[in-house]
Amino acid sequence: MDQSNSLRNGPDEDGHFGTYGGRFVAETLMPLILDLEEHFAAASRDEAFWSEFNELLKHYVGRPSPLTFAPRITERFGGAKIYFKRDELNHTGAHKINNCIGQILLARRMGKTRIIAETGAGQHGVATATVCARFGMPCTVYMGETDIERQQPNVFRMRLLGAEVRPVSSGTRTLKDAMNEALRDWVANVEDTFYIIGTVAGPHPYPAMVRDFQAVIGNEVRAQIVEAEGRLPDTLVACIGGGSNAMGLFHPFLDDAGVRLIGVEAGGEGVETGRHAASLTAGRPGVLHGNRTYLLQNDDGQINDAHSISAGLDYPGIGPEHAWLHDVRRVEYVSVTDAEALEAFQLCAELEGILPALEPSHALAHVAKLAPDLGADHLLVMNLCGRGDKDVFSVAEALEVEL
Amino acid sequence: MSDRIDARFRQLADERRAGLVTFVTAGDPNPSESRRLLAALPRAGADVIELGMPFSDPMADGPAIQKSSLRALKAGQTLANTLAMVGEFRASDDATPIVLMGYYNPIFSYGVERFLEDATRAGVDGLIVVDLPPEADSELCLPARAYGIDFIRLATPTTDDRRLPRVLRNSSGFLYYVSIAGITGTRVGETDVVAGALARIRAHTKLPIAVGFGIRTPEQASRIAETADAVVVGSALVDAVEQAPENAAVAVCELVETLKAGVLSARKA
Repeated sequence: MDQSNSLRNGPDEDGHFGTYGGRFVAETLMPLILDLEEHFAAASRDEAFWSEFNELLKHYVGRPSPLTFAPRITERFGGAKIYFKRDELNHTGAHKINNCIGQILLARRMGKTRIIAETGAGQHGVATATVCARFGMPCTVYMGETDIERQQPNVFRMRLLGAEVRPVSSGTRTLKDAMNEALRDWVANVEDTFYIIGTVAGPHPYPAMVRDFQAVIGNEVRAQIVEAEGRLPDTLVACIGGGSNAMGLFHPFLDDAGVRLIGVEAGGEGVETGRHAASLTAGRPGVLHGNRTYLLQNDDGQINDAHSISAGLDYPGIGPEHAWLHDVRRVEYVSVTDAEALEAFQLCAELEGILPALEPSHALAHVAKLAPDLGADHLLVMNLCGRGDKDVFSVAEALEVEL
Repeated sequence: MSDRIDARFRQLADERRAGLVTFVTAGDPNPSESRRLLAALPRAGADVIELGMPFSDPMADGPAIQKSSLRALKAGQTLANTLAMVGEFRASDDATPIVLMGYYNPIFSYGVERFLEDATRAGVDGLIVVDLPPEADSELCLPARAYGIDFIRLATPTTDDRRLPRVLRNSSGFLYYVSIAGITGTRVGETDVVAGALARIRAHTKLPIAVGFGIRTPEQASRIAETADAVVVGSALVDAVEQAPENAAVAVCELVETLKAGVLSARKA
């Protein structure tokens, strides 16, 4: 098959997806980034690496995650046939662990002895702390003070798993500041430390590497939907903060022109209010955290605060491959508000007996708008990328319920 | 490339002494006090001025410069204001080199060509852009050189002999050696380790070498000045701004005078 027109060939050797991506880091980190790139390329070619990865996904994470038909949601929306990809059933409760397994295996291969990570909602922090416990490596997780307040259960989980959670009080005290602080740690501990980035962003090779570890989601969906329905799906929907669950789902389908791909950003209080996290809908290209991508920023190029009820989507940027897929119009990007996500959260609990995380509740809120206009033979797969246990306190607060 | 930077390092070599490079953030603590401070630095002893372009997310900086950036932004500083400050400074000082230091996004947002035109007109001599490694030279480094503006590169303890030629390739003006692997303002490298690193780098380049990240006292400045061509002080100065925002120009200049005395007391190796 001719690969020259494939949308799955990126990035180029300098880490570019179109004009996005790249390696915008301080000189201290450049040798590390180049070293990481070499090791990842070598691991990618090594069957033993992938078989260890797959073995852990199967027996430790519990993959493959099911593809579940959602009968009552389908009936309620009255249109497309809706399936959930159940990545919330993974060990630790979200898709984040897929990537952490891959990166910690790479860290071990490189002889690194200490792990650092950033976290927003705490899901990536918990997943990182988990793999560090499993492999006996010390772990430091940076988390914004604002996020620590709204994600207490995950903070305690990380500590139970033996990780040190370092509160970040700089800037807006959310995910972007946690990432700044993790980069500062890395630059000061270059010899022994491996930085496990949680999403498809950061300097090359992270966006490609995280995508490749998350592509297990889309690859499983491909096999599972064919088994269930005898054909590929018509539409895939996933929520987007940095965009790792969406990229993992979409990437195996990029060259299937008949599969419509939709990424759902966090519209916060409404894109028109300025209090949101919809970088593609309302941002413009810039450079932050090692890559060029769409960013929420002011006229002077200063990064704006993001806002979302979901801490996991509360980031002013997005992975560079998404920026490119947006520009070439292969993926549609839309946004839904906090209120819409909250409504979808409750609906999913009531109708399907599943508490989704607030992040995929955004995806479901868009499905609610989309599905009624589609035919009953239209196959729609939504990535239910995380479970909502961590969110019950913030949902209760938003609904003004006292626990 | 920049005549002012070359002339200043030639002068330092003639005088057989190291230079003092002072970093302050443009617009910190507010626009008017920052202008006063900038104008007063040369007389206090600054041989070269690094002027920080504040950024909301200064990933390579420690707490002192982070806070300084946020103070400046809160007081309304923009990149356009920073360039205007340089233009105003140039009207009364045509000799002291000014190097703008910061991160790429505000420049990218301003527009690279427009930025270089305005920077040239204002009298900017060099640029240090922390998140633009040599791999990204086509973004700003090569266009800046076409305007005669030096692109000053950081070399660090992780820059080994294999990587050094790449770092030096499009560098001009001077080289900034970061004495530690870490963020600004935290600690300073051991004197003999720094001396060893400088000897290694000098085998690759004739560019003057400034050493910084973490130098806070006249004693540290003196020790580094024994081997470096220039000593960079930043976090200590912006700390002084934080402690005396009403009187920042005077407070910083007093500190610069003592640091300069430290630099001048060094015996050149």
